[in-house]
Amino acid sequence: MNNSNSQEAILMLEDGTVFKGKSLGTIGTTGGELCFNTGMTGYQEIFTDPSYYGQLVLTTTSHIGNYGVIPTEVESDKIQIKGLVCKEFSTHFSRKMADTSLQEYFEKAGVVGICEIDTRELVRHIRNKGAMNAVISSEILDVEELKLHLKEVPSMAGLELSSKVSTEKPYGLEAENSKYKVAVLDLGVKRNSMDELIARGCECRVFPYNTPFEEMEAWGPDGYYISNGPGDPAATTEAVNTVKEVLKIEKPLFGICMGHQVLAQANGIATYKMKNGHRGLNHPVKNLITGKCEVTSQNHGFAVDAEAVKGHPEVEITHINLNDNTVEGIRMKNKPAFSVQYHPESSPGPHDSEYLFDEFISMINNSIKK
Amino acid sequence: MPRDTSIRSVLIIGSGPIVIGQACEFDYSGTQAARSLREEGIEVTLINSNPATIMTDSITADNVYLKPLEKKYIIEILEKHKIDAVLPTMGGQTALNLAIDCENAGIWKKYGVRIIGVDIKAIETTEDREQFRLKMLELGVNVCKGNTARSFLEGKEIAQNIGFPLVIRPSYTLGGAGGGFVEKPEDFDKALAAGLHASPVHEVLVEQSILGWKEYELELLRDSNQNIIIICSIENFDPMGIHTGDSITVAPAMTLPDTVYQKMRDLAIKMMNGIGQFAGGCNVQFSVNPEDDTIIAIEINPRVSRSSALASKATGYPIAKIAAKLAIGYNLDELKNQITKTTSAFFEPALDYVIVKIPRWNFDKFKGTNKTLGLQMKSVGEVMGIGRTFQEALQKACQSLEIKRNGIGADGKEMTNYEQLIDSMTNASWNRLFSIKDAMKFGIPTNTIRKITKIDPWFLNQIEQLNEMEKEMGKYTLDTLPEGMLRKAKQQGYADRQIAHILRCLESEVFKKRHELGIQRVYKMVDTCAAEFEAKTPYYYSTFEGENESVVSDKKKIIVLGSGPNRIGQGIEFDYSCVHGVLAAKECGYETIMINCNPETVSTDFDIADKLYFEPVFWEHIYDIILHEKPEGVIVQLGGQTALKLAEKLDRYGIKIIGTSFKSLDLAEDRGSFSTLLKNNNIPYPPFASVTSAEEAIELSKQLRFPLLVRPSYVLGGQSMKIVINEQELEAQVVDIIKDNPGNKVLLDHFLDRAIEAEADAICDGEDVHILGIMEHIEPAGIHSGDSYAVLPPFDLSDNVMKQIEDHTKKIALALNTVGVINIQFAIKDEVVYVIEANPRASRTMPFIAKAYREPYINYATKIMLGHAKVKDFTFNPHKEGYAIKVPVFSYSKFPDIEKELGPEMKSTGEAIYFIDDLQDDYFQKIYAERNLYLSR
Repeated sequence: MNNSNSQEAILMLEDGTVFKGKSLGTIGTTGGELCFNTGMTGYQEIFTDPSYYGQLVLTTTSHIGNYGVIPTEVESDKIQIKGLVCKEFSTHFSRKMADTSLQEYFEKAGVVGICEIDTRELVRHIRNKGAMNAVISSEILDVEELKLHLKEVPSMAGLELSSKVSTEKPYGLEAENSKYKVAVLDLGVKRNSMDELIARGCECRVFPYNTPFEEMEAWGPDGYYISNGPGDPAATTEAVNTVKEVLKIEKPLFGICMGHQVLAQANGIATYKMKNGHRGLNHPVKNLITGKCEVTSQNHGFAVDAEAVKGHPEVEITHINLNDNTVEGIRMKNKPAFSVQYHPESSPGPHDSEYLFDEFISMINNSIKK
Repeated sequence: MPRDTSIRSVLIIGSGPIVIGQACEFDYSGTQAARSLREEGIEVTLINSNPATIMTDSITADNVYLKPLEKKYIIEILEKHKIDAVLPTMGGQTALNLAIDCENAGIWKKYGVRIIGVDIKAIETTEDREQFRLKMLELGVNVCKGNTARSFLEGKEIAQNIGFPLVIRPSYTLGGAGGGFVEKPEDFDKALAAGLHASPVHEVLVEQSILGWKEYELELLRDSNQNIIIICSIENFDPMGIHTGDSITVAPAMTLPDTVYQKMRDLAIKMMNGIGQFAGGCNVQFSVNPEDDTIIAIEINPRVSRSSALASKATGYPIAKIAAKLAIGYNLDELKNQITKTTSAFFEPALDYVIVKIPRWNFDKFKGTNKTLGLQMKSVGEVMGIGRTFQEALQKACQSLEIKRNGIGADGKEMTNYEQLIDSMTNASWNRLFSIKDAMKFGIPTNTIRKITKIDPWFLNQIEQLNEMEKEMGKYTLDTLPEGMLRKAKQQGYADRQIAHILRCLESEVFKKRHELGIQRVYKMVDTCAAEFEAKTPYYYSTFEGENESVVSDKKKIIVLGSGPNRIGQGIEFDYSCVHGVLAAKECGYETIMINCNPETVSTDFDIADKLYFEPVFWEHIYDIILHEKPEGVIVQLGGQTALKLAEKLDRYGIKIIGTSFKSLDLAEDRGSFSTLLKNNNIPYPPFASVTSAEEAIELSKQLRFPLLVRPSYVLGGQSMKIVINEQELEAQVVDIIKDNPGNKVLLDHFLDRAIEAEADAICDGEDVHILGIMEHIEPAGIHSGDSYAVLPPFDLSDNVMKQIEDHTKKIALALNTVGVINIQFAIKDEVVYVIEANPRASRTMPFIAKAYREPYINYATKIMLGHAKVKDFTFNPHKEGYAIKVPVFSYSKFPDIEKELGPEMKSTGEAIYFIDDLQDDYFQKIYAERNLYLSR
């Protein structure tokens, strides 16, 4: 990695497993739920994605940092991950358009990480044992002392995190000659999802995660966008209540990731914590309506219960994951509301699912005509 | 859509003889496609004139036609079989061109054959540079500025409009033949004329030069429901200006941010959808401006390509196999991932390792040719290294090349002359990679290297790190070297030999030390999904990390050593033998383990052997696998000289060599002992001597008499072999050989001028010998057996001569205690049969004879080697009908400055088989009449 400041570092998992490697980023100690992402590009987008708030991210691709960082390729205004675990960390970068190295970027943001460990072994370990908490430290190399830190890391189940990443005050984002008004419920929204809406002529107003329905409706939106975000969907009572109200007035609603789980909950459909979740840029999804498949960008540890959807009179499954047949998308049979578990706004990832934003817009058009 | 059940019988067109630009990767794709279709119960008919292929085996296809790839033979097949569909995308440009020919002649229509897996219009759009350019503009895809010229004047005019530097690309040529960069106006006329001449339709594209931009390739698969996936992104280490086939390439792309990659992915999908509708594979090439990330589309190939084979091996996703299923109607979401067996085939592989492909050149065979790399492909083969990091993969690829290097540098062979280094980096050739590292070590600033080579600074930095590591390590001795540093060096891919060189000690000492410290190879799986899901396919590579995934079974095991990169003298025929060896050993109940590093081959397909180790056929890697797997023995007879030359060390380390013992292998190679053996058996041989200096050679030449055949011992494909007629020539040649092969002996044979050459292949179990076939060369002695036309069985040898050949073969096979295969070369003069050499290993001709006689000889030989059968256990029933002619095929068009001239050094890249009924045949008459035409010395 050619980083002369690199020191010994240690990673310890909840089950006591220890990996020794080299430090990256800031020297320090950090903890969170350890999850992996199999994407081979897009590290900067991943690290700034609010959905990863509070997590230690393991990138499975061999090299990280090769193309540096660039201010325009962020999904929020700061690094959201708690720490990075990777194989080879490159302090040297070659992209002419980039302005700094990932190392500097992490140092500035105080992000702690570990590299030069057998990340593949680690993935296989958590693949078999399930996602778990972990700590990384480049200052405490004593295992017993680290165990104390590990205990302080909260469990992801039942954890509400939107409050940590959501905007505090409402704000507006406007395109020139906007045709539609979209209220965005920010549970940890990614910048690119708003870019997609703006590109389609939407004026967006972004509201904090706990905004009551009335306050959003008072702005007079044509549609609602329920964003992605971190944490356990079961802990987002306020958002679920807001969505219930939106459904009552039958205005178009589009939910993504956490927003998808919130729509399910608003219909009384349960979500559950998956053993490992889906985190990568290569997940196969089939659209059951069109029969077409799309390669999707995914990042979720919770999923919507398929059986509960099948048993629901008003909700149907629209998308499934081809690997494990989990629910990837639902829609309401008699209301203009739909949602997907994955990230049609990608960033990082393939653009195969951008059509969903078009569908949202035509839903708004239909609703306005009425 | 599920499988189209109206397709019950499919014709697959092969790619013909191996030439530069179209090599054995198409045997791999054709074989995969055939097996994939047969899995579906479809009858597969195959046409290919290349006998040394697995695809033309009865194990692969139902009906095999070893016929020239011409319209009339297609008609012959269609007359005989009811063919529902033709799949022309597996045999490269050759197969596509033939399919188009047949289409234009209305043949497919006449016989009611559907073309599947391709859209003829799409081929036309993509092959015709102007149509391609217009199509891309229509789709809104950026392309180079340029225009098509159909005449010299048109070309001049276009050049005036776009300015210099520019590039000339002839339409419809293989591997970019006839193309080139033009830096200055004064060089333009000549280049334009050459380009127009090279194009069969007299048409070239004159284009803006984007020399030095970054270059990428994407491999796509699409089904008939328009579902598209990208299997692999490949980044060229060598930027624009060097043909992809001649570039070092890396997967996944190393220096691409997601924004640029996704734009490229969108463009690729748009391009594939834009050129036409077909279900199958597609390859798209892009160029990226490093200054501002602008993307330009370079070309699109609507078929399985060289890069598809590489991408399949790099990711574990079997592109040809799946493409064949898509061609018969399946959708991607209806198929399973072939590696995990549980997840969907509709997905994009995620890699948690890096692969590096390095081409293998054979410039030494074409003395005097222009060795500079450019738009025209010149390499004859390639290797792939897999590692957990770029550095490890790079080192492993270098260790796979078999160019007497132990990795990248650190072997005392560094170039240390400023002018030479600058020149080697400016005029890229086979050694540029090595020169870059040497230049950095020499002190040439990385910025200067960057300016000259335009290689992405991230790659250069990776190489710089290796130099830093070596400098640091050099401060220590083996005893003082910190453990962490040794571990790091191994993780960076350094071979024990390189570390020994840096630490000034022995390879065996490094090996011992690292094993004491527990720094041992572990094996990781190539699983398509970065370990996200459990995979079931035993496809492994080594690295130095914590967890080993290659669990050793308690079955009895056999390792088959592969033949490494294709090169002149050692090509696809050895891979053919390895594959049959593996399959035969399986039949005998062994767990089979394949070790090879050539991504173009069938042997490195993950479902041939029970376990595949994609590793360099390099001592250290092999020995570690042996220590890990503890096989009963190793088969070295099938993988050509690559495998055979490892026999000595295997024997020294007490590892059992299956079949003929090392002692016998060595005896056959050692000219002195072998001659004694011949003498003791009353077998004539040309007078010979082995010498270690020119002085000695001149002295002995007086007894041996000129002309003399001069060569180093232990050679491949007649490397450095020459016939000399006087003392002066003799001296020059001997000095030359000793310079290139220090410590090696030089062999002098009296050359039997105007003799007839013949060769015999036999199998032997130590007690009985069975001669499989005898082939007579059409050209007189003096032309390497690989380069001569040869006829099976002999066409004008007397009974007396035939009897001598048979007797000599049997005697030699027994005297050498051969267990397995043996090939013996003869020269016949005045009714006396002289023995030239004996090779107790699978020969180039063995697959040919097996194909012509329709019997699985390698299978028999392997069973004999393993002691599972005796010669007398087999009933031989060769299909003898007329004659089979082995036709050598050359790639001279790639070396326009070289005269076609044949001698004892092999130059052909491939071969074809041609059957004739009798000797009155016109084809035979013609080659017989021209047998002296290209004879040099």
